[in-house]
Amino acid sequence: MTRVFVPRDSAALSVGADEVAIAIAAEAKKRGLKIDLVRTGSRGLLWLEPLIEVETPKGRIAYGPVQPEDVTSLFDANFLSGARHALSHGHPDDIPYLKRQERVTFARIGVIDPVSIADFTAHGGYEGLRKALEMKPLEIVTAITESGLRGRGGAGFPAGIKWKTVHDAEADQKYICCNADEGDSGTFADRMLMEGDPLTLVEGMTIAAIATGATQGYIYVRSEYPHAIATLKRAIANAVEANYLGNDIRGSGKSFWLTVRTGAGAYICGEETAMLESLEGKRGMVRPKPPIPALQGLFGKPTVINNVLTFGAAPQVLARGAQYYKDFGMGRSRGTQAFQLAGNIRHGGLVEKAFGITLRELIYDFGGGTQSGRPVRAVQVGGPLGSYLPEAQFDLPMDYETFAANAAMVGHGGIVVFDDTVDMAKQARFAMEFCAIESCGKCTPCRIGAIRGIEVIDRIIAGIERDKNLLLLDDLCQTMVDGSLCAMGGLTPMPVQSAVKHFPGDFDRPAKLEAAE
Amino acid sequence: MLTRPEPPPEAERARAICAAHGDRPDALIEILHELQHELGFVPEAALPAIAHALNLSRAEVHGVVSFYHDFRRSPPGRHIVQICRAESCQSMHSDALCNHATASLKTGFGETSADGEVTLQAVYCLGNCALSPAMMVDGRLYGRVDPKRFDQIMTNTRKGAQE
Ligand SMILES: Cc1cc2nc3c(=O)[nH]c(=O)nc-3n(C[C@H](O)[C@H](O)[C@H](O)COP(=O)(O)O)c2cc1C
Ligand code: SF4
Repeated sequence: MTRVFVPRDSAALSVGADEVAIAIAAEAKKRGLKIDLVRTGSRGLLWLEPLIEVETPKGRIAYGPVQPEDVTSLFDANFLSGARHALSHGHPDDIPYLKRQERVTFARIGVIDPVSIADFTAHGGYEGLRKALEMKPLEIVTAITESGLRGRGGAGFPAGIKWKTVHDAEADQKYICCNADEGDSGTFADRMLMEGDPLTLVEGMTIAAIATGATQGYIYVRSEYPHAIATLKRAIANAVEANYLGNDIRGSGKSFWLTVRTGAGAYICGEETAMLESLEGKRGMVRPKPPIPALQGLFGKPTVINNVLTFGAAPQVLARGAQYYKDFGMGRSRGTQAFQLAGNIRHGGLVEKAFGITLRELIYDFGGGTQSGRPVRAVQVGGPLGSYLPEAQFDLPMDYETFAANAAMVGHGGIVVFDDTVDMAKQARFAMEFCAIESCGKCTPCRIGAIRGIEVIDRIIAGIERDKNLLLLDDLCQTMVDGSLCAMGGLTPMPVQSAVKHFPGDFDRPAKLEAAE
Repeated sequence: MLTRPEPPPEAERARAICAAHGDRPDALIEILHELQHELGFVPEAALPAIAHALNLSRAEVHGVVSFYHDFRRSPPGRHIVQICRAESCQSMHSDALCNHATASLKTGFGETSADGEVTLQAVYCLGNCALSPAMMVDGRLYGRVDPKRFDQIMTNTRKGAQE
């Protein structure tokens, strides 16, 4: 029976993948053809979604973007045997966008049925866990440390050090918490992994549990991701059934249970201590550090908190060895990063590449420039707390230290492209507005400072005492940096000040009539 | 003899949901989600029952309900339209989409139209940033939404609801 693969990734669904799946099933039935329709994750070539694939004796053949009205002509052209069609892209692995990538964490995405243990293990899944179960906990921690893996949630803290702290802590209970709050605009890689290959995350968390002696884990997923939540729950149930989770995992004597928790629409709950509060059923108020969560985390117990992609990298580190992973990258940024091309971009999607690739390569070679066809003017890298970069900085390699040295951050790898219609004063204003909306409210410089920031930028836009107000804005930003407990207030100045620095003209335009009144 | 007033039905539901979660206080957010899923919002009348079941103060429960953007305190319209207003969608002119939405739905953000048809909400990122502008209608995600597609989606949503 011919296997036809149709993604059920949220992005694919958002442009009609379900309708396409229904149309294919109906057309096959009408023609009396037997097909096996498999729903997969997305390959990450999101501008081609819905991108469907057919299994042929010569490998898979991809077609996209397919709309329900294309389905009849696909059958007419005999796409079930991989025949040519206007929407055909040949073998998916040969599509340059994919071929030029280094898929390590995302190797299985779009290939397998996301919740099938059989598919997962047939494609190398649980190989890392199998190795981990043969190792001493400290050896696992050492492998993670030696791989150079750093936290993918934004701050880039070495994962091995965190795991070691929890490993060394004495406690009757330890926890593994996955931060799947993914609130940054321009990011969707966590979502894609959870929807397209959730067992990789489950495997990574299980390895962390065995390395540190934790027996209970939580995945904190934002409520905006209902499909990720549903897919994770099914994957976890299947893993329990196959004894990859639960008591006495695969006869090892080790136990690990995993629970999915839903956020409730608060960006600040991506900050790790606010996430812990939320997991405890409370308001997402940031906790002061110390104590660090690795020593006193969830319910006051030692807790490993990592991003989805940090845990997602662990299985390959174990399966192929620390050196394999470490060989990717540059400087102290080792391994691969899931870059997410977003915003005004022609070929938006997921690009997993070793650190060191430049912004220019990502935006133009992969992304194909803007969707609008107009020149790129600015890109925001690293989410709403990340800097806006001008063309002059597009040759910077993606590397934590290089970006930090240029007053920017790699963050979670989101890259939002803007064309030349963007008004950077408006973007700076939005950064302050977002901080005001999402502040947990604990610190005055963040809670009140952001509101003052909006007012000051409004005066600058209106042309009222510009020089004085620009100085005031600088002072205000400094106060936010100095007086904020967490990076929400502490980094909001990044997008604001980078906009002022790199695009001064946008803060010096003739005042709009209504604004000047 | 005084007869105690009947507890409001919301309180009954709240108690049952709490019990299903073993009355664990750390499950409060899950409990509120379930209650809102059933009733469309989190009614004031349910809060004392939740506080009692989880052994929390009313102020604590109230604090949680008001902290999170997801929880609604009053019944929403028949359809819930959420448009992303974050950076990625801004770069694809979500401003124009938002203006179109408020004009055509005859309601502002955070409000429900006078006929009770739609509640319009701003959201900050739906994780569909390669296909901006994005929006969600009654939990369904849409990408590459321009004003024309917006109208189509709304027409289909209303039609689907009638069927
Ligand atoms: C305002 C704010 C929002 C954050 N949002 C996220 C998020 O959505 N996902 C995430 O993994 N980390 C987020 N972080 C970073 C976390 O605090 C923490 O560093 C991270 O989860 C640790 O995991 P990692 O070391 O694997 O990156 C956020 C931080 C701040 C200050
Ligand atoms: S900086 Fe803002 S978000 Fe962070 S703890 Fe202070 S008030 Fe809360």
